[in-house]
Amino acid sequence: MSTVNEAPAVGLTHHGSEDTGLGNRGPQSKSIVVPYGFWLFVLSDMVLFSALFATYASLVHATDGGPAGHQLFHRSLVAVETGALLASSFVCGLAVIAAKQKNMLWTQVLLFATGLLGFVFLAIEIYEFRSMIAEGAPPQRSAFLSSFFTLVGCHGAHVTAGLLWLGTMMAQIWTKGFQPHVGRRLLCFSIFWHALDIIWVAIFTIVYLIGTLP
Amino acid sequence: MFGRLTWDAIPFNQPIPLITSLVVLMALAVTAIWITRNGWWGYLWNEYFTSTDHKKIGIMYVVLALLMLVRGFADAIMMRAQQSLAIGNSQGYLPPEHYNQIFSAHGTIMIFFMAMPIIIGFMNFVVPLQLGVRDVAFPTLNNVSFWLSASGALLINVSLFVGEFARTGWLAFPPLSEKAFSPGVGVDYYLVALQISGVGTTLTAVNFVTTILKIRAPGMSYLRMPVFCWTSLASSLLMLAAFPVLTATLAMLMLDRYLGFHFFTNDGGGNSMLYMNLIWVWGHPEVYILVLPAFGIYSEVVSTFSGKPLFGYRSMIFATLAICILSFTVWLHHFFTMGAGADVNAVFGIASMLIGIPTGVKIYNWLFTMYGGRVRFTVPMHYAIGFMFTFVIGGLTGILLAMPPVDFVVHNSLFLVAHFHQVIIGGVVFAVMAGYTYWFPKAFGFTLDERLGKAVFWCWFIGFHLAFMPLYVLGLWGATRRMQHIPDPTWAPYLDVAFVGAAIIGLGIVLTVVQLLYSIKTRDQRRDVTGDPWDGRTLEWLTLSPPPHYNFAVLPDVHGEEAYWTRKQTAIKQDQLIAEPNYQPIEMPLHSPTGVIVAFFASVCGFAIIWYIWWLAILGLVGAFAVFVWYAWRDEHEHVIPLEEVIANARERRRIRKEHLHNLSQSV
Repeated sequence: MSTVNEAPAVGLTHHGSEDTGLGNRGPQSKSIVVPYGFWLFVLSDMVLFSALFATYASLVHATDGGPAGHQLFHRSLVAVETGALLASSFVCGLAVIAAKQKNMLWTQVLLFATGLLGFVFLAIEIYEFRSMIAEGAPPQRSAFLSSFFTLVGCHGAHVTAGLLWLGTMMAQIWTKGFQPHVGRRLLCFSIFWHALDIIWVAIFTIVYLIGTLP
Repeated sequence: MFGRLTWDAIPFNQPIPLITSLVVLMALAVTAIWITRNGWWGYLWNEYFTSTDHKKIGIMYVVLALLMLVRGFADAIMMRAQQSLAIGNSQGYLPPEHYNQIFSAHGTIMIFFMAMPIIIGFMNFVVPLQLGVRDVAFPTLNNVSFWLSASGALLINVSLFVGEFARTGWLAFPPLSEKAFSPGVGVDYYLVALQISGVGTTLTAVNFVTTILKIRAPGMSYLRMPVFCWTSLASSLLMLAAFPVLTATLAMLMLDRYLGFHFFTNDGGGNSMLYMNLIWVWGHPEVYILVLPAFGIYSEVVSTFSGKPLFGYRSMIFATLAICILSFTVWLHHFFTMGAGADVNAVFGIASMLIGIPTGVKIYNWLFTMYGGRVRFTVPMHYAIGFMFTFVIGGLTGILLAMPPVDFVVHNSLFLVAHFHQVIIGGVVFAVMAGYTYWFPKAFGFTLDERLGKAVFWCWFIGFHLAFMPLYVLGLWGATRRMQHIPDPTWAPYLDVAFVGAAIIGLGIVLTVVQLLYSIKTRDQRRDVTGDPWDGRTLEWLTLSPPPHYNFAVLPDVHGEEAYWTRKQTAIKQDQLIAEPNYQPIEMPLHSPTGVIVAFFASVCGFAIIWYIWWLAILGLVGAFAVFVWYAWRDEHEHVIPLEEVIANARERRRIRKEHLHNLSQSV
């Protein structure tokens, strides 16, 4: 994503500078403004998750006589799940590098691998949810299970949305090539995808690891 | 096929909502016919609905908010009338289930669809102009945010005619708002409408934080930004951090209601006090989201009409940011009576009182700005002084409420109702009226009538005090809020005074409309030809009124605080403008129907969810995704304004400015 000679986000005349943000040189360029705004959006998303985490933390013992976490969670399954998502994020990073090199084949291959690993993650999560419901632990069973399904499910919904976005990104890169605005969108996607990893690491620790402590 | 929606949803046997709905529908029809006959649809569509111009979007927000003000006020006067009538043996004219819907709708509409849009509207209109730039960071997203707010407002108002509204109060506390106790669609209307508009607000926050931190005129460093920009930044940061919590909380309540989850239910291990904590983690910062930009408006108004730079500019910024941070540490004072214990209550009580310190700093700054200045008693200045008087009393009653022992006595009483109306009307509404008068000429090119403006001010000022001072007394005597029937006849005189006060406020609202119509009619005598009708100090007065849609032909170079004032004084002293700069063609964002389409799908989908029409909800979601793909596919973002047009406009502006400044330098 070349930033030289690029238009500032709004209105011209003063060419955008890659400045420190102290504002002495006028509006920043789009390559700064767009990812910056997207980061802010991701932060707001993290606040949303923090509310769900707080809820989970305060309801984790409210099992209402139903099953608790250590009876339901399978560490090995979650380990595979986590491995798939982290690998997906890593491959996504490689895809961004390939896109910077303007290598169409590798970009598409790596984005496809990103999606595939994301899909594996999602499939395992759906399998886990289904088997929990079959074991008599649906979200309606207790406040603990409500908060578990909502927290983990919200992350899963984000991954699903990310996969849909990934599909449109692959199509855009395929038809439009490596134009600056397509590159910015890919960068935003990768920010989103990495952020989901960060949230998953917290879920993995707080829900699964602590939940299965002996 | 239509889920829960049947003919029973239309209130055929309830004359009040039925007649109101028919009147509203007729008014809408008449407006539509009027617009059609004048052939204005194309103009509205191209110049407003699909506009990415921050000024047009700001105006749309303010129009939406003023319409909702009328709706919310209608609820208010109905409540006051009921409480004046339903005393002793009389039951008044509103049955309890209807009265409960009215106070819920009043609070919801006034906060979410009046105060929020009007504050965001001012931020939209003013911030880019004050920063000396041409638009916000994400202009199309800005338009989407507006339409999502409008979609929420639409759903709330549809509930009047189709179905019912929540009877739970404006924050829908569980367990009352759970399916078991509120099985109807009222709470669902509330939840869905707030979710849709909440997404819009979060996106607005992203937009404005990015704009203020990344898009400013050359030389406009942080400590040169006008205070309104600082308060808008603080407010946007609060929105960014608080609104996602609201979204999560309401989503959990929706899961409880729709899928039988147990977050806040009485059974299954649910905990309704968790909802109180979560909703007020959003709800308390919300107070400052509204009032900080209001403080910004007062800062601009007081400084301009005192003819002095703002006293303690940097302390004002510190105070703003201190309030911004403290606002997240006090949420528990909304439910001291929860029983968290003396220690917890003491911590939150002290934190709440601490907010009084930076607020006090601000009050003194405004007073010292006026001190020694040549104060012009214009309409905005009336509001600013009225605010200082009213808000300080409201702040003091707030300090009382921040003491847990006092709060235990007056919790949920009319004392509380009087307190928060005093800070919201005295703080936010007065600011909004001041800002409306102050920036109206910038938006439309002519000033509002001064005499009628002052009449409106006195209506609000006197009406407010008559309406709410008696409520303090009643609250101390033990009158709880939200009473449909008043058992104690000795309260009658106080409630009658309150009713008279509300009626005087109503007169003020009518006079506002009269003022607007009269000012439009006589606009040729009140043109603002200079772009600087108030002898302003910030950059929005540098450009013409109304500004060209690109705001500035060349982004102004900023030297020092009070960017425009310095420039103006230099020009007056030297009796000439700065040398003509090197003009270039300007790229501006294209207009886009995305917002309208997104809001259409959001409204359809929301309505379907409220009434359990699942096929329609899925259709709406698929449609929304299709719009996303289509919009994400675009390659063209901007169009170019040709150099000739830029130069022609800029030269005309320079001629006007030169003449104006020459006149000023003669008079000096």
